[in-house]
Amino acid sequence: MTDTDETTETDPPAAVSGAGDGDGGWFVGLAGDADPEGDAERVQTGSAAAPRDWPSIAVDEGVVDSRATYYDRLHAATTAATRSAVRERERADDQQLVHAVRAMDDCEQLANELAERVAAWAGSRFPSSSPGIAGARALADEAQTDEAQTDEERTDELDRRVVSLATRVAELADERDALETTIERTAPAVAPNLAAMAGATLAARLIALAGGLESLAKKPAGTVQVLGAEDALFAHLAGRAPSPKHGVIYTHEFVRGTRPDDRGSAARALAGKLALAARVDHYAGTYRASLHDDLRERMATIRARADGNGETDGGDGTDGTDGTDGTDGTDGETRGGNDA
Amino acid sequence: MRDSALPAGVERRAFDGTARLATRGPPVYGEPTDGEWRAWDPTRSKLGGMLEGGVETGLTGGETVLYLGAAAGTTVSHVADFAGPTYAVEFAPRPARELVAAAEPRERLFPLLKDARRPTTYAHVVESNVDVIVQDVATRGQAAVANRNATFLADDGRLVLAIKARSEDVTADPETVYADVLAELETTYEVLETTPLDRFHADHLGVVATPR
Repeated sequence: MTDTDETTETDPPAAVSGAGDGDGGWFVGLAGDADPEGDAERVQTGSAAAPRDWPSIAVDEGVVDSRATYYDRLHAATTAATRSAVRERERADDQQLVHAVRAMDDCEQLANELAERVAAWAGSRFPSSSPGIAGARALADEAQTDEAQTDEERTDELDRRVVSLATRVAELADERDALETTIERTAPAVAPNLAAMAGATLAARLIALAGGLESLAKKPAGTVQVLGAEDALFAHLAGRAPSPKHGVIYTHEFVRGTRPDDRGSAARALAGKLALAARVDHYAGTYRASLHDDLRERMATIRARADGNGETDGGDGTDGTDGTDGTDGTDGETRGGNDA
Repeated sequence: MRDSALPAGVERRAFDGTARLATRGPPVYGEPTDGEWRAWDPTRSKLGGMLEGGVETGLTGGETVLYLGAAAGTTVSHVADFAGPTYAVEFAPRPARELVAAAEPRERLFPLLKDARRPTTYAHVVESNVDVIVQDVATRGQAAVANRNATFLADDGRLVLAIKARSEDVTADPETVYADVLAELETTYEVLETTPLDRFHADHLGVVATPR
């Protein structure tokens, strides 16, 4: 997102004709012969203070012999320029990370859904079957190992379909794991500080939710804090709900592992540092240790508040992830009192 | 009375027994076709919704068009089917990929990966004095975008704008948003007609305006 408003509404109309940097048409400086690469380059990177009657100018200057030829050449230039610009922007590393994390989530969701189907079906045919992805994997493995007896026992077409479906589930789950490994390997290269602070998967998720590392770097900490809790946020803005304390950063140990009364503070502290980490990653790209020390110090302070009441409730995961949209009413009411 | 507002090259044709708007060109997004005619879905296209609703857009067929916020090219492909040279500006790379595919077989559709908030980045490509600017951008500051791009429009040209209330402010009352956007628009344009597009698009207002 380029938010810098360097263009104002009062761009003066160009007084002088064609020549000169920044005021000529995309075809200026290019010979009359077709030059697809040069044309595309000028279309993508050029600029002008104001539009002019480019088709007529091009004809008058002898760049092209007619308006029809002008438009033909412009069509070739703009499609080529836009195609390569799209490819370039989409191939950027952070965009690849975004694709990978979204693919991972899709694989996981599909595998779980299909595993339920396999469990429901297999239960009616194989007495020993168990639910979930593990159950589907067991079924697929079993079918593979005792292949000898498969021929006699699994000749039933329906049995073969169930086992085949179970194999797909296992493969999807494997693909999901492979994608996670890839994300863990590539995220530190794209965003070293963010990946170190949030973990590779959460870092990739934040980048995906923001739409890219650059957009994430330009978001205020308050936005980073509630990324992924959009439903709860808009319900809050419409006056129907308390403000969400955290979005996807809920999955971070610093938030989930802090007692509920202090989670708002923890989420705020973490989001502040994550926003800084994203900025360092985008604008500098080097690991900065002080950022991580600051956060650890701050988290220690927040968690020390709970010492009077004994241990923090720890990341036992019993809350599940359904707390991500922060609609837990009691938390919302008490959080104001904890703000330091 | 309604069909007088349709540009040449846009017709009502029967698809599966219902009369629907259609233009002639290669299909783009899996729309129903009848020979070389393809149906124009008013629920997927704000301009389609305006034409379906009988708005006098000033589009007559064959004119030069600057389309801001072309997205994947759903609407702009129909515009290019009946208009003359059509410049399509889109900011996001992912939909622009499909826009390029839609532009490929259309010789007078020029796709541009540019930010509509910064007209200087494409003023060296888009010609001056275009007949119609169609704007459908999902960003805050929709009036500012229209005002900045007025530099491309001919003195007697038309701005056809779909104001998306949710893009300006999700929580505000759409009517308030429309009033604010129209007031800002009035600094540069004279508003000729406004139509709620609620029949096809919730919280959108169709606006036709001409430069002051």
